[in-house]
Amino acid sequence: MEPFKLEFAIDGEDFHSAGEASSETKKALKKLGIPADTIRRVSICMYEGEMNMVLHANGGAVTVEVGEDAIAIALADSGPGIPDIGAALSEGFSTATNEIRELGFGAGMGLPNMKKYCDEMDIQTELGVGTTVTMKINL
Amino acid sequence: MPISVRLDKEKCKGCTRCVKQCPTEAIRVRFGLAKILEDRCIDCAQCVRVCPQHAKRAVADSLDDIKKFRHTIVLPAPSLYGQFNALDDVNIVLQALLDLGFDEVFEVAAAAELLSDLTLRELDESSFEKPVISSACPAVVRLISQRFPNLIPHISEHIAPVELAAKLARERARAATGLDDRDIGVFFISPCPAKVTEAHYPLGLKEPVIDGALSMAEVYKLLLPLMKRVKNPPKLRTAGFTGVGWASAGGEARPLRKYNVISCDGLENVIRLLDAIEDKFLPDVDYLELLACEPGCVGGCLTAVNPFAARARIMRLSGAADIKLKPLDIDDVYKVWRGERIRHTPTTILDEDFRKAIEKLKRIEDLNESLPGLDCGSCGSPGCHALAQDVVMGYAEETDCIFNARAQMEDGGDGQHYLPPPFRRR
Repeated sequence: MEPFKLEFAIDGEDFHSAGEASSETKKALKKLGIPADTIRRVSICMYEGEMNMVLHANGGAVTVEVGEDAIAIALADSGPGIPDIGAALSEGFSTATNEIRELGFGAGMGLPNMKKYCDEMDIQTELGVGTTVTMKINL
Repeated sequence: MPISVRLDKEKCKGCTRCVKQCPTEAIRVRFGLAKILEDRCIDCAQCVRVCPQHAKRAVADSLDDIKKFRHTIVLPAPSLYGQFNALDDVNIVLQALLDLGFDEVFEVAAAAELLSDLTLRELDESSFEKPVISSACPAVVRLISQRFPNLIPHISEHIAPVELAAKLARERARAATGLDDRDIGVFFISPCPAKVTEAHYPLGLKEPVIDGALSMAEVYKLLLPLMKRVKNPPKLRTAGFTGVGWASAGGEARPLRKYNVISCDGLENVIRLLDAIEDKFLPDVDYLELLACEPGCVGGCLTAVNPFAARARIMRLSGAADIKLKPLDIDDVYKVWRGERIRHTPTTILDEDFRKAIEKLKRIEDLNESLPGLDCGSCGSPGCHALAQDVVMGYAEETDCIFNARAQMEDGGDGQHYLPPPFRRR
């Protein structure tokens, strides 16, 4: 069976539209009858990823593939890249600017939350080129 | 699930205004009539508000029903007090209700006050999973039961103020009169159809606790002449500032304000907020007062007067009486708890078989791509995406789209001139 595929472009300028991709995905997953808790995990992973792309990378592209056994999420941006993945994955670590923190973001929980709520995660990053985070959530 | 919104077939022109404005996409125009899909309808009455023909209306029970009982109790919703111009003394309304034929009056506002106290105590003890979602608005509770399964455990375990009022009033009447429950009739004066439905089919209660729900607008008409005759009414009022305030948005939140409480009214706003809450994007919220109508219950479509004027009166009234005249005894906390779990009743699942559901979703998305994306509603569905889903689910046909139908008729020629001017391309 071919997976069901959704694609989104994330606008790096707009805080309010961040979350649209996860919200649209949530709608589709509910139609498929996927368990509520799984949907919540997908939503959290996507939303955190979308926010990261808005906060750090000036937007990017999100792809979601719903297959028979798993949901695969790919978040690709052409932002600054992550210098130290280990540090970025530790809770509370943040490179967000004061401006962003004043907006209530930048608590250093983005990547750690994504890792916590997905079953598999892979980060490909190159400084000055961009970052691609892929996540898998089993069904 | 039964509903309390009806279509007047004589008046309906089959326009698509209600179809497009329905927050749960529960209406389709078929054969010139706006049909309500009952399993999706949450009785929010948005269609009643927007219909230019007044073809959608909210229904309630008849006042004649009180004759079936030996002893009758009326439960006025606090929003009733906002219906009257220059009302300084709520006792006039309460006495007029007795003059209308009821044996007793019990204010829903008094029960609301009890719930405010109890909620505050429970938030202090943090005995809930936060955020707690108010159970006062049945349209919101129904919405959550359909669309936000993750949030069902967050819905307050408390019954709604009107249900608590009904229980307490009935108990008191039983003790005072020695009558059986079936001889005691408890009637609610409802500001909205959602509460009419809730009176007969309460979510999360084993059985109804209210015998009937009357339209506030109907009762209003009957009360006006009676109120003029009331001179020096007795002190019937038992509810103060806190309880009466529940009539408009922010009133339930007010006594809880030392916590992080969100008050949100209007169903579109509520849906957006629930979407964010569902995924824990708002981590620091303790309590949510969510109301389908703007600005709260005074905006219900069974009310008689402008909602904002009613809100102003409520604020004035509750400001004038910031005293609790007769606090109710709350030793019997168990009466406040709902007996049963609220069940998830999904309305959107495409197929029980996951593989088939995926195939259907693919077909919906493909078909959606081929539709014009104007959401014109001419097909009778709320928009192109909804039509795509209706087609795949077998409720509509591709040629229900006027543009698709036209394209088939064109047979290769340039059919631009067949289209209405706004849709022609250069």
